[in-house]
Amino acid sequence: MNTSFQLHDFVGGIHPTDNKVQSTNTPISFAGIPSKLILPLTQHIGTQSKPLVSPGDTVLKGQLIAEAQGFISANLHAPTSGTISAIEARPVAHQSGLSDICIEITPDNNDTWVERTRITDYKKCDATQLINAIQAAGITGMGGAGFPSHVKVSADPAQINTLIINAAECEPYITSDDMLIQERAQDVISGIHVLAHILEPKNILIGIEDNKPKAADALIEAIEKDADTPDIQVVIIPTKYPSGGEKQLIQILTGKEVPAGGLPSELGIVCHNLGTAYAVHNAVIKGEPLISRITTITGNACAQPQNYEVLIGTPVEHLLNISNTDIEKTSRLVMGGPMMGFTLDQIQTPIIKASNCIIAATKQELPDPAMEQACIRCGMCTEVCPAQLLPQQLYWFSKSSNLEQAEAHNIADCIECGACSYVCPSNIPLVQYYRFAKGEIKQTNEDKKKSDRAKIRFETRLARQEREQAEKDAKRAARAEAAAKKQAEKKAAAAANPEGAVEKKIPTADLQLLQKKFDATKAAVAKSKDKIAALEASESPDTDKIELLKGALEKAQTKMKDAAKAMAEAKKAEKATSTANADKGDPNSPERLKNKLELAQSRLTTAQTRLDEAKAENSDKVAALETAVANQKQRVQDALKALDESIQQTNQQNTTEIKVDTEALKQKVLAAQTRVDKASERLNMAKEQNLETVGALQTGLEKQQAKLDEAKATLASATLEDAK
Amino acid sequence: MSDIFIAVGALVVLSLIFGAVLGFAAIRFKVEGNPLVEQIDALLPQTQCGQCSYPGCSPYAEAIANGEEGINKCPPGGESTIQAIADLLGVEPEPLDAEHGTEKESAMVAVIREDECIGCTKCIQACPVDAILGAAKQMHTVIESECTGCDLCLDPCPVDCIDMLPINGGLPAWHWDKPGQIIATDATNNANEGKAA
Ligand code: SF4
Ligand code: SF4
Ligand code: SF4
Ligand code: SF4
Repeated sequence: MNTSFQLHDFVGGIHPTDNKVQSTNTPISFAGIPSKLILPLTQHIGTQSKPLVSPGDTVLKGQLIAEAQGFISANLHAPTSGTISAIEARPVAHQSGLSDICIEITPDNNDTWVERTRITDYKKCDATQLINAIQAAGITGMGGAGFPSHVKVSADPAQINTLIINAAECEPYITSDDMLIQERAQDVISGIHVLAHILEPKNILIGIEDNKPKAADALIEAIEKDADTPDIQVVIIPTKYPSGGEKQLIQILTGKEVPAGGLPSELGIVCHNLGTAYAVHNAVIKGEPLISRITTITGNACAQPQNYEVLIGTPVEHLLNISNTDIEKTSRLVMGGPMMGFTLDQIQTPIIKASNCIIAATKQELPDPAMEQACIRCGMCTEVCPAQLLPQQLYWFSKSSNLEQAEAHNIADCIECGACSYVCPSNIPLVQYYRFAKGEIKQTNEDKKKSDRAKIRFETRLARQEREQAEKDAKRAARAEAAAKKQAEKKAAAAANPEGAVEKKIPTADLQLLQKKFDATKAAVAKSKDKIAALEASESPDTDKIELLKGALEKAQTKMKDAAKAMAEAKKAEKATSTANADKGDPNSPERLKNKLELAQSRLTTAQTRLDEAKAENSDKVAALETAVANQKQRVQDALKALDESIQQTNQQNTTEIKVDTEALKQKVLAAQTRVDKASERLNMAKEQNLETVGALQTGLEKQQAKLDEAKATLASATLEDAK
Repeated sequence: MSDIFIAVGALVVLSLIFGAVLGFAAIRFKVEGNPLVEQIDALLPQTQCGQCSYPGCSPYAEAIANGEEGINKCPPGGESTIQAIADLLGVEPEPLDAEHGTEKESAMVAVIREDECIGCTKCIQACPVDAILGAAKQMHTVIESECTGCDLCLDPCPVDCIDMLPINGGLPAWHWDKPGQIIATDATNNANEGKAA
């Protein structure tokens, strides 16, 4: 089957000792249920999933416990039944050694399954249904990176012509795929069928290195047994690290190079890990989500190196225990392979979906890196680089933090395979430098994005402030204009009405205001007085408080006094203005003269009464009073004369005024008449009911009658004069 | 004699043609604004904090472009910004002017202790990038992703309920440090220097 296949090669690569035999002599065994399972919420590339359970909840095996957030994210299921004991930050399987949110399950050891829904005949399902099943099962790439698998299978089938299953397993030590194929080749092939049904590729290739002959044979046998197999080709490739790199495998099998920064799908190729195919089989055919995986435990410190079927979330410590690993002898505990893996600091770190290998290495096996020497520009790194980069140039740029140049030399295409570090005679940790530079570049790009956003926000804010200022200015200008207009109108009005009506109004307004103020202070004084009284009356008078209140009272009182003063002044001022205004009028007008006359008459009457009193008492003041009365009489006479003269004058001047006068008098008569009528009515009523008020009402009526007569008389005289 | 006239005429015609082409190019390919100011502005951190004594980054960029101001007055940008501007302008980088402040260890973000916020809106008015959300007498909060860590909201807060905290992006923001190991030759050099001193 594989004889006719035209193999290609990729540039570079190395041949490290593969150390695989140690772990392939024992069959896969189940690692058992540990006392605690720790499930990080981020086991994949993409958004962290959202927990659906809370501490104390009981869960069944296969139950969804955290939900994917968005498309590039993955579901998480309970690997066994038990209780959620915590959701908190724990050290996770990550290069940083940092902690992240994890769900901790305490298993009940019953391993009770949740109800499973399996797809009996996947061939009758359309792609969407199968993709949904893969998504629901929380399957991520099992090779190391952990990219959600449903995203990869969602490629448009029309553009896909080749499906590549990556079984190269090129890194030393790791044998999990090898053993998986040897023992469960049928299931793997079944998973590949499901993937093929979704993607409808023309070719299906399984790439496997020639150091795994047993696995290759098992695959070929399984394919031959399977009757309705579409054309699956097992391609045995020469062992060379890193042939298992996605881009490298594609190049070996098809001769095509994935463009820098591009994806295999641009070439019509989709590449899946073999472990992923097995997980797809479990999800679709058996209805079991991704809750366990095959992990290699190896290294010289490990007494029984072998592959285990491990529940996701099992602490590494548990695996070390069951494989009789001597922790004392372990100098470095590596998760992943020796080339691309990372050192674990804590043995409680859990196995995640992408953990394919644990190496418990002794000091001799993986010695501490030797002292870094200066680069001798030997060019060996360039020779082995599978991505055809210039590692020593990248090294210089990374070391001097010259990120622009590093980017220009395509550092982004470095797959961090570590081949360059492996061959470097100067022991330079080249990959570490690239990882640092890549991180810095990412950070710088993010900072740049943020600062661009800040700039836009700042400028938008400035523009907004300017606009608001302009609006405010416009409003102010409009208001000022309106005020000026009003002022002008007022001035015009004042010019037309020189009596100074405007000025007169102001003091009254002031006066009202002052009155209000005065009232308020008065109320305040009263209140504080009440308070003091109440406090003093209370059983335990708080002297401090009373003092305080007294102080306040004094203040209020002075305020009140001030207010009263201000009010008095204002009143005076008002009077002054009003008299001033009145004085401006004609002092000889008939009204004024009449007022004068009345004043004189009233004074005369008082003087007269005083004189009478004095006479009755035989007082010695009589003589003085008599002269005063005489004087007063004289004044009344004078006033009367002045009034007569003035009336005659005005009559001559203006007859219409009198007309108005007669009109007014007529009205007065009428009003008096109605009043008299009303009074007599009331009197009659009182008389009928025999009330006590009869006497009073009688006098009231008489008075009203007198007034009416008087009014009538004046009217008659006025009309008479008018007639003249 | 006529040769001279032909030559002069040809030159006149040529100069007119080139003049027209250049004049057209000057109008057609006119660069809006001052490109140098924009280039400098692009290098500044856009924190808009005013520590450089200018009301924002672009006025400072303008002052640098006009040669009115040194390139070492921006503390948030620090040494790397000074280096970048020095490269751009072809001048010697200077150490950061300590008068304007010092470079912070890590990026900061403002966080309002929300139960203490009295809703006075003073911080909103101070924030140069509108990164604070709130309304009068309502609790306020900082939009973390938009905050530039400029400190300008701290002073106006009457109840001092705003803290500046270092940004902790957690796992997604983590990246490797530069390998700390000094190379062997460096080690021997240092040892020699040590001996010499
Ligand atoms: S680590 Fe990067 S630079 Fe080094 S050999 Fe691999 S791909 Fe090339
Ligand atoms: S292999 Fe090491 S010493 Fe040789 S050129 Fe590359 S980095 Fe320099
Ligand atoms: S000091 Fe720097 S960040 Fe702050 S406003 Fe000035 S240029 Fe911008
Ligand atoms: S929230 Fe405070 S520190 Fe952040 S940008 Fe606004 S004013 Fe500056």
